[in-house]
Amino acid sequence: MLLKTRKRLLASAITSMLIATGVSAEPNKGGDIIVTYQNDVATLDPAIGYDWQNWSMIKSLFDGLMDYDPGTTDLRTDLAESYLLSEDGKTYTFKLRKGVTFHNGREMTAEDVKYSLERTANPDTKSPGAGFFSPIVGYDAVAAGETTELAGVTVIDDYTVAIELTAPNATFLHVMGLNFASVVPKEAVEEYGEDFGKHPVGTGAYELADWTLGQKLTFEKNDDYFRDGVPYVDTITFEIGQEPLVALQRLERDEVDIAGDGIPPAKFLQFKNDPRFQDLMVTGNQLHTGYLTLNVTMPPLDDLKVRQAINMAINKDRIVRIINGRATPANQPLPPAMPGYDEDYEGFSFDPEAARSLLAEAGYPDGFETELFVMNTDPQPRIAQAMQQDLANIGITANIRSLAQANVIAAGGVKDQAPMIWSGGMAWIADFPDPSNFWGPILGCDGAVPGGWNWAWYCNEELDALGAKADAMADPDRQEERAELWGSVFTQAMDDAPWVPIFNEQRVTVHSKRMGGDDALYVDPVHVPVNYDYIWVK
Amino acid sequence: MAVYILRRLAYAVLILLGVSFITYLLLYLIPADPARQLAGRSATPETVANIRAQLGLDLPFYQQYFRYLWDLLQGDLGRSYIQRTEVSALIGSRLVASSELLVWGIGFELLIGISLGVLAALKRNTAVDRALMTLSFVGVSSPHFIASMLFLYLFAVNLDWFPLGGYGTVHHILLPALTLGLLGSGWYSRMVRSSMIEVLQQDFIRTARSKGLTRARVIFRHVLPNAIIPVIPMVAIDIGIFIGGLVVVESVFGWPGLGQLAWQAIQRVDIPVIVGVTMISAVFIVFANLLADLLVPLVDPRINLDKT
Repeated sequence: MLLKTRKRLLASAITSMLIATGVSAEPNKGGDIIVTYQNDVATLDPAIGYDWQNWSMIKSLFDGLMDYDPGTTDLRTDLAESYLLSEDGKTYTFKLRKGVTFHNGREMTAEDVKYSLERTANPDTKSPGAGFFSPIVGYDAVAAGETTELAGVTVIDDYTVAIELTAPNATFLHVMGLNFASVVPKEAVEEYGEDFGKHPVGTGAYELADWTLGQKLTFEKNDDYFRDGVPYVDTITFEIGQEPLVALQRLERDEVDIAGDGIPPAKFLQFKNDPRFQDLMVTGNQLHTGYLTLNVTMPPLDDLKVRQAINMAINKDRIVRIINGRATPANQPLPPAMPGYDEDYEGFSFDPEAARSLLAEAGYPDGFETELFVMNTDPQPRIAQAMQQDLANIGITANIRSLAQANVIAAGGVKDQAPMIWSGGMAWIADFPDPSNFWGPILGCDGAVPGGWNWAWYCNEELDALGAKADAMADPDRQEERAELWGSVFTQAMDDAPWVPIFNEQRVTVHSKRMGGDDALYVDPVHVPVNYDYIWVK
Repeated sequence: MAVYILRRLAYAVLILLGVSFITYLLLYLIPADPARQLAGRSATPETVANIRAQLGLDLPFYQQYFRYLWDLLQGDLGRSYIQRTEVSALIGSRLVASSELLVWGIGFELLIGISLGVLAALKRNTAVDRALMTLSFVGVSSPHFIASMLFLYLFAVNLDWFPLGGYGTVHHILLPALTLGLLGSGWYSRMVRSSMIEVLQQDFIRTARSKGLTRARVIFRHVLPNAIIPVIPMVAIDIGIFIGGLVVVESVFGWPGLGQLAWQAIQRVDIPVIVGVTMISAVFIVFANLLADLLVPLVDPRINLDKT
């Protein structure tokens, strides 16, 4: 019943999307498309792949218990047919779909779910996503190498698996929607060992038909896919090694359907104003905020008035112009597409005059000298220069330290090393569409540790507690309340001004004229960059 | 001869050891943390430490280096940090494409370089000579990246004579090979020109001419074979420069070779791949030089390796 309702809902959602874009209501089936990328695909192992190139490829090859409605951030069940949350909010019992088969023909069962979660959590797998499973009972023992079994994951029967958490956790369903929680068949993993990422076997809408290293990958439609009717496209060929500008030229000639690397930043305006490309560009929001961290432990930035002054000194509109308008100015940590974003929050306005008097009040009428760390690839240093000028305008001399990405990240992870860091090119894009992912690592006390990502070293235990309270609201009926509570955590954090939120970057995908499907599929917020399962050829 | 080869082989091993040491040291010194990169941003410090230990990155430099050498001796180049595939498999998958481009590119270099060099020598001190030598100068000083983009734009986008990059057919190889050939031909044309001029002034040429041989016969039978001898070691030296060009040209033209692999690895700080490609390139260069030195006496009997 649940399944049927979901299908109907999905069908109606797709129909309304199509009507909205004014194309024929029925997606065409069939067709072969070409997607280009410059770099070879790193890996298609769902426990390991963690970049914006392989993220949606893996989603097309594999499934997990949960996924999202196409083009949206709305959770839906995937390999799970339904789930039940226990009264105490700590145990999820997932009922699996019956008859779902892996690409090797074997039926997927609850044992596979357990195996897959344990494989990701196992330190030997070296999964960059293992830490997401820390809410599961028994994770710590697995992470420490004491056992390979997650005590909290229980196979009840072939089609039922229960997952017990150490505490109620509203983000857990999102974690089950991450690629790291994809279900893989043990026999294939054991057969290929470390090369499983080159020989992926999943249950997804597509299966890998061919991978010629350094040249191309071919995805073929999985005829046995459990969702009826999708995918629409028969084969997707990913051509590797294509220079982004060359790919765009080929796309304009209809030799390529999606230029995976998009438009190089420096050429953005040129393409935006080129009439040949105007109908081919799709712009969408991503779950990203770019921010300037103010290290609250380093004088004089430990003074709230100084941090407020800096917040008022930065001209965000000008910075958005520097990146050719590919973003919208931000006033709070959460991006607008994230649940909990407070539309009514005004934040700090651009007011150099007020900033100067705040600085004087703080005891720095003549400003001070400090350092601004930035990653050394365009356009980040240019953005830092704009900030430098804005700060100079209120008397602060910010010396720019332009370093390689790894060095900036390392500096941020040392308590008294980097007074200010411009996050561009490094942070933060959410792993899943939930506000908690924007707190813990980058603003919470957990992230304010050596080697962490909380570069402002901001730790407000009260707000941490509020966040924990929000995350304990696992009851599906309380999600609105929860989002609101999270929203207030972020705006309250802004009272302490540990960041200057600068902008929310947008994403642009370029596709050929013949590609159909709603624009949202081409800038899917979760199936990044493109939701290959639902696009089609006109 | 055998002694000579053995001695050269011993040198080759020393050179390769040196290359491996310097490359490894440089990459050890750059401040990137592969463990952190592998662990991802959500990893706890313990996870990072765990991965560092698994990869042996917590060991002192000399231990890491000797471990690498030991694996290398067993033919194990390690695994890519990013792709998690055997580096040898990554390199193997790209050797053919690069070799093709190498052969075609050097072929074009020689064809264009020698023809223009001969022409310039025969038209010595005329406008043709000066024009050709200026051109060769422009060629060798043009950055590969700019020239590749320019040729791609001109011949593939505007004139539509060639495909916009890619791999597979002769049609695909022509433009990148011609780009490499044109840019590199300048070295050869200049060398062949001066060497031709030198040979043209030799007594035996005068003799040949006075015997009444045709001009064409004198040039192709007597001048050219002698003038071309210095080109052979030149090709060997050129392979090193050529591989540098491949990195850029392959990236622009989407040619799935070693150069492209190197470029991607450098961008993503994939240390095992960078070291692997460097080692393979060094092997190429060292053995090309050895081969050239062995070939010269075959072409020019005046050179005897046993006396060197």
